Amino acid sequence: MQVYDMPDERGHFGQFGGIFVAETLVEALEELRVMYEKYRHDPEFLAEFAYDLKHFVGRPSPIYHAKRLSDKIGGAQIYLKREDLNHTGAHKVNNTIGQALLAKRMGKPRVIAETGAGQHGVATATIAARLGLECVVYMGSEDVKRQAPNVFRMKLLGATVVPVESGSKTLKDALNEAMRDWVTNISNTFYIIGTVAGPHPYPMMVRDFQAVIGVEAKRQMQEMVGRQPDAVVACVGGGSNAMGIFYPYIDVPNVRLIGVEAAGHGLETGMHAAPLTANSPVGVLHGNRTYLMQDADGNIIETHSVSAGLDYPGVGPEHAWLKDIKRAEYVAITDDEAMAAFHNLCRTEGIIPALESSHALAYAEKMAKTMSKDQIILVNLSGRGDKDINTVAKLSNITL
Amino acid sequence: MSRIQSTFDLLKSQQKKALVPYITAGDPHPKCTVPLMHAMVKHGADMIELGVPFSDPMADGPVIQRASERALVHKVGLRKVLEMVSEFRKSDQKTPVVLMGYANPVEAMGIQQFTQLAHQAGVDGVLTVDYPPEECSKFTTALTAAGIDSIFLLSPTTEPARTDLIVQQATGFLYYVSLKGVTGAANLDIQEVSKRVAEIKSKTNLPIGVGFGVKDAATAKSVATIADAIVVGSRMVLTIEASTEENLIDNVSKLVQELREAIDAS
Repeated sequence: MQVYDMPDERGHFGQFGGIFVAETLVEALEELRVMYEKYRHDPEFLAEFAYDLKHFVGRPSPIYHAKRLSDKIGGAQIYLKREDLNHTGAHKVNNTIGQALLAKRMGKPRVIAETGAGQHGVATATIAARLGLECVVYMGSEDVKRQAPNVFRMKLLGATVVPVESGSKTLKDALNEAMRDWVTNISNTFYIIGTVAGPHPYPMMVRDFQAVIGVEAKRQMQEMVGRQPDAVVACVGGGSNAMGIFYPYIDVPNVRLIGVEAAGHGLETGMHAAPLTANSPVGVLHGNRTYLMQDADGNIIETHSVSAGLDYPGVGPEHAWLKDIKRAEYVAITDDEAMAAFHNLCRTEGIIPALESSHALAYAEKMAKTMSKDQIILVNLSGRGDKDINTVAKLSNITL
Repeated sequence: MSRIQSTFDLLKSQQKKALVPYITAGDPHPKCTVPLMHAMVKHGADMIELGVPFSDPMADGPVIQRASERALVHKVGLRKVLEMVSEFRKSDQKTPVVLMGYANPVEAMGIQQFTQLAHQAGVDGVLTVDYPPEECSKFTTALTAAGIDSIFLLSPTTEPARTDLIVQQATGFLYYVSLKGVTGAANLDIQEVSKRVAEIKSKTNLPIGVGFGVKDAATAKSVATIADAIVVGSRMVLTIEASTEENLIDNVSKLVQELREAIDAS
C-alpha cells in the first residue's frame, strides 16, 4: 500500500503550501521548523502534550450515536465526534496546547494569535494562562463587535485583545496584523496560528496536533461498531478540524472524506467562503499557495458566512492537495441550510452545535437520506454553539 | 546594460548615492501617479520604487497599507500600474522604475504575461516581497529573459548561508531591510546596519539599497554614508496622505529635494 507522506521538507503538498513570506520572517520560520522537527517525535514532549489533552482538555472526546436524528432522517446512521465537549468548547484547544508547549521549550515568554469568531483566541488565552505566558490576540474590529462574549472571555483569562481596523476588519486582517507583530518581536514571541494554513511548518504542525481527533475516532469506531465509517464529514474554513479527523483516515480505503465549506448566501451570489467548491483560482496568501477567492487583479475578495469561523477566503494547502488528488471531496452548505441543521440537532439530540459544525451536520443529513440504514456517517462536531446564540437569536428576530 | 546598472555606474562615477523614493501606484488617485513620478525625478530621485496595491500587504506597516487601500478604492490593479509605467516612459527613458508588490497579483496575471507586459511598459526591476528565492526560480528566470532585474530583500535576521543564496539570484541591486519589523517601523540602528551592509558587500558587487526605517533627512544622510541607495517609503506616503490635491506635487517635490540635499551632503 502507498503510504501518504506529505508535505515535503519545504512544506509543499504538490503545488500547494510552501513558504511565501518576506525575508524578515524566514529565519523565525526556520527556527520554528527546526524546533518542531526536534520535538514532534520526542517522547517527553508527546507525553506532556498527551497529559494536558487528557487532564486539562478532558480527552478522549466521546463518539455519540445520534439515533433520534438518524431515525428522523431515515437513512444512514449519524455518529458525532464530540469535540464540543472539550475544555473551551471546540477542537481549537488541541492545537494551542501543542504550540504553547513548543513555545515554552523554545524559551518564548510571549504568544500571539489571530482570531475570527474568538474560539482560537480563547483557546490561546486559556493555555497561555495555564502556562504563565503573556498573550496578545488580534481580532478584526468587526468581529470584536460580533463576538463580544468571547472578547470578554479572553480578557478574563488575562489576554490583551487588539482590535484590527485595517482592510475588511475580519479574520484575514487579524492574521496580517499578527504577522506584523511577529516580525517585529521575533526574539521573544511565538505566533500560535489557529488553522492548517500559513507558511510551513504551520499547516503540518497544526494538522499533527489536531490529528488526535482522527486517531481517537478510528479506535472508538472500531470499539463501538467494529468497523470504520463509510464517510467522515467535517466543516472547512481554514480546515483544521477537518484535517485533524481526515489525516488518520487518508490511508484507510473505502472511507469517504468530505469537507463542507460555507456557501453563505449561495455560491451563485458570490457571497460565500467556499474557494474549493466554487473552483477559485490558485494563488498566494498568508505564506502559502492554495485556492483563493480573489478578483481579476489578484486582490483577495471579501467572504461571507453566517459562521465567523468559516469566513476565510483561502483554505489550508493540504485540503487543496486532497481535492486535486481526489482523496477528499468538497461541498458547500448555505447559511440557511446550516441554520436548519443547527435547530434540528438542538431539538432532536439536546446538543447545541457551533454554526461552523452545523455546516457539516447539514451535509451529513443530505447524504444520509441517500444511504441505507446500515451505513455510517461520522461527523466531526467541532464545537459547541453557546457562542452563537446571539447570532441565531438575531437571525430569528429575537432580542435576548 | 540595464537602466538600473547604468544609473548606479553613473552615480558612482560622480561619487553620489541613489535616492529611491517609494510611492504606491494610484495613491491618492490614479491621475496623480505619473505626475508625482516626474516631479520626484525633477527634484532629485534617481530611481522610483512603485508599489503595486494589494489587499493584504503583510510585510508593510499601516501607513503603506492605507496607501494600498486608497488606491484599491480606484481599482488600481497590476495592469493599471503597468499602464502608468508606460505613460511615465513616454517622457522619461532614463530613470529606472522598480515595482514592489506581492506574489498574488503577479500569479493572477500569469508570470509569462506579466514579464512580457512589464518589459513592454519599461519596468526595470521587480521586488516581490513574499517570493523568497526558494519559491520563485520560474519567476526570476522569466524576468531575466525579459531583461528585468530581480530585486531581493535581505533582513537583519538573514543568516550568512542564506545571504549567499540570495546574492546569487539577485540582479540590479540588493535591498537591505534596516530593522526587524514592517515598513515604517521604529528607529534604525546605524551602527548595526553599517556592519551588516559591510558583510553583504564582502559577498557581492551588486549595489546595496537600505530602507524600511529612513524617516527623515537626518536618517537619509547617515544611511547615505554606508549604502549605495537610500529607499524612502512610509515618509513619502505620509506626506502624500497629509496633502491636498492642490499642494500634493509641491509637498512631495519639497520632501524629495530635502532628502536629496541631505544625501549629497553626507
